[in-house]
Amino acid sequence: MGTLIEIKNLTKDYKLGQLTVHVLKGVSFTIERGEFLSIMGPSGSGKSTLMNILGCLDTPTSGSYTLEGIRIANLGRDQLAEIRNKKIGFVFQQFNLLPRTSAAENVELPLMYTDLPARERHERAKRALLAVGLAERGEHQPSQLSGGQQQRVAIARSLVNNPSILLADEPTGALDSKTGVEIMSIFQELNRKRGITVILVTHDPDIALYSSRSLHLKDGKLQLDEKQKEPRDAALDLQRMPREQEQEEMVQP
Amino acid sequence: MNPIVASNRIALRALRVNRMRSALTMLGIIIGVAAVIAMVGVGAGATERIQQQIQSIGSNLLIVLPGSLSTNGVRLGSGAVATLTQDDARAISSECSSVAVAAPTVRGGVQVVYGSSNWATTAQGVTPDYVTIRDYSMSLGDFFTTQDVDSAAKSAVLGETVAKNLFGETDPTGQVVIIKNVPFTVTGVLTPKGQSPTGQDQDDVILLPISTATQKVLGVNKANAKAVGAIMVQARSPNEIGVAMDEIQGLLRERHRILPGTDDDFTIRNLKEVFEAQETSAQVMSILLGAIASVSLVVGGIGIMNIMLVSVTERTREIGLRQAVGAKTRDILLQFLVEAVTLSIVGGIVGIVIGLTTSALISYFAQWSTKVSLLSIGMAFMFSALVGVFFGYYPARKAAFLNPIEALRYE
Repeated sequence: MGTLIEIKNLTKDYKLGQLTVHVLKGVSFTIERGEFLSIMGPSGSGKSTLMNILGCLDTPTSGSYTLEGIRIANLGRDQLAEIRNKKIGFVFQQFNLLPRTSAAENVELPLMYTDLPARERHERAKRALLAVGLAERGEHQPSQLSGGQQQRVAIARSLVNNPSILLADEPTGALDSKTGVEIMSIFQELNRKRGITVILVTHDPDIALYSSRSLHLKDGKLQLDEKQKEPRDAALDLQRMPREQEQEEMVQP
Repeated sequence: MNPIVASNRIALRALRVNRMRSALTMLGIIIGVAAVIAMVGVGAGATERIQQQIQSIGSNLLIVLPGSLSTNGVRLGSGAVATLTQDDARAISSECSSVAVAAPTVRGGVQVVYGSSNWATTAQGVTPDYVTIRDYSMSLGDFFTTQDVDSAAKSAVLGETVAKNLFGETDPTGQVVIIKNVPFTVTGVLTPKGQSPTGQDQDDVILLPISTATQKVLGVNKANAKAVGAIMVQARSPNEIGVAMDEIQGLLRERHRILPGTDDDFTIRNLKEVFEAQETSAQVMSILLGAIASVSLVVGGIGIMNIMLVSVTERTREIGLRQAVGAKTRDILLQFLVEAVTLSIVGGIVGIVIGLTTSALISYFAQWSTKVSLLSIGMAFMFSALVGVFFGYYPARKAAFLNPIEALRYE
């Protein structure tokens, strides 16, 4: 499989006026290609900061971060942008789709910052939408889609540039539990069938159960690194769920 | 894809999505450009009209008037003493190398009678050279000839105003008019020249051979039968006007036996200088109008900056997202810069159209001549594009250097 991400003694400090806040206090771990990893921890534990550094949106104060052999720590704004464009796909809690812009165009967005010709861009956007089961909704605007569909468009957008990592920050936080499981099943499918490395940031232990490995952060330090031998299968959970819904409908005429 | 093409696409999308706001933002530039075009058009029209009037007095023209500002310490006005003669005119014409033609003239008020109608006008006694000097042309008939002048023929050429008032629509050529009981045959009518730069009607005139005018109409100067009211001189070229003035002065001093150290008994005037001062003031006016109008263009630019700043703040999350998916500093900068420049350029084009319409309306309703040059259109367009770049740069830069993490978290 090979090592995808290597993190050594990573620290991150923020200056708040006179005060220096140590958000990450020396974190080390490695991620193999093809893993489905969740990063957990209470708010203030530094998981968002770690996620930002992993996503190349921020650089560490000290320590090293190597992504596919590239040392990220000392890169400039535009070099980081380039790496985000080529290697990382983001999925956010609030979807972050452009309003009044069709789903297909939203999916195409990362490709606007590459050299691909228009035809190739449209083709790839179409394939990405197909992968998340929204091939028919390309012309819909975000306001015409449900929350789950919007998040699926966002996942298609994160896939469109064939990234090495999918970074999902609380991807189910704004969705009801059933839709959440739907989204997890998409992540699992992408992870298993395409071998895409998925890194999930969440505070919800139920969601973390779908991953094969969990990192627990507390007070800026890695507290626990546990492998799950048998992660839950979201597709299986979904098969059971509709029956529950039917029962509810029977109870409430 | 070429980043500039991509930025254009993205920027145009954003403008289309916010149609109303885009239109209102453009309004500032539209008004600014339209004002510049219309105002400069009015100014240029005024300048051009003055230039035409200067052309109408004749080119490279000097006027030699008898008498001087001062004679033996007594200061008289020019023209107070009859010191110039037809011989002086002939001498200037033949001896001054920088002079093309010199034409003597006399003038006086007369009552012209034709049948039952009559008209008070100015009679000018002239030679055919006068036609050359004043750039006259004939709308009907011919001018009288040098033979007519030599033989003191009773021929007359009418100005348009005189012809209209006496003859109405009938052709005056060959008809007989009576001036001071002397019958004159009309040989032709002058093409109208319109107003002089000083506002006189240049067509309210009747031209007679100078010989006939002095002998029969205006009365003979007892002291000097050949005295003239003025000598009109045309220099060979605009550059030779100064030389001509010096030559004429030297020649006339010699002919009039004026001792060194004594004042001239004549005055030479360069009419063009007088009117060129007017032209300059019209040009200054035109620049002033343009400058004032430019202020509104700058105000329009500030409007663009204002809206772009609002737009950057409003779209902070969008910018954060674009940065997250790989937009570089340059991509974001270009996107917002293109938006600003598009607003200002489209505004500029609409402004040019409205400016042209406005200046056409001004010349139609206010009867002012306006003249919109390609240069002023080009300048207004360039300036509006520059305004877009100048006032769009700061907001675009602000957007490009946002911190992606904070931008994504912005509510």
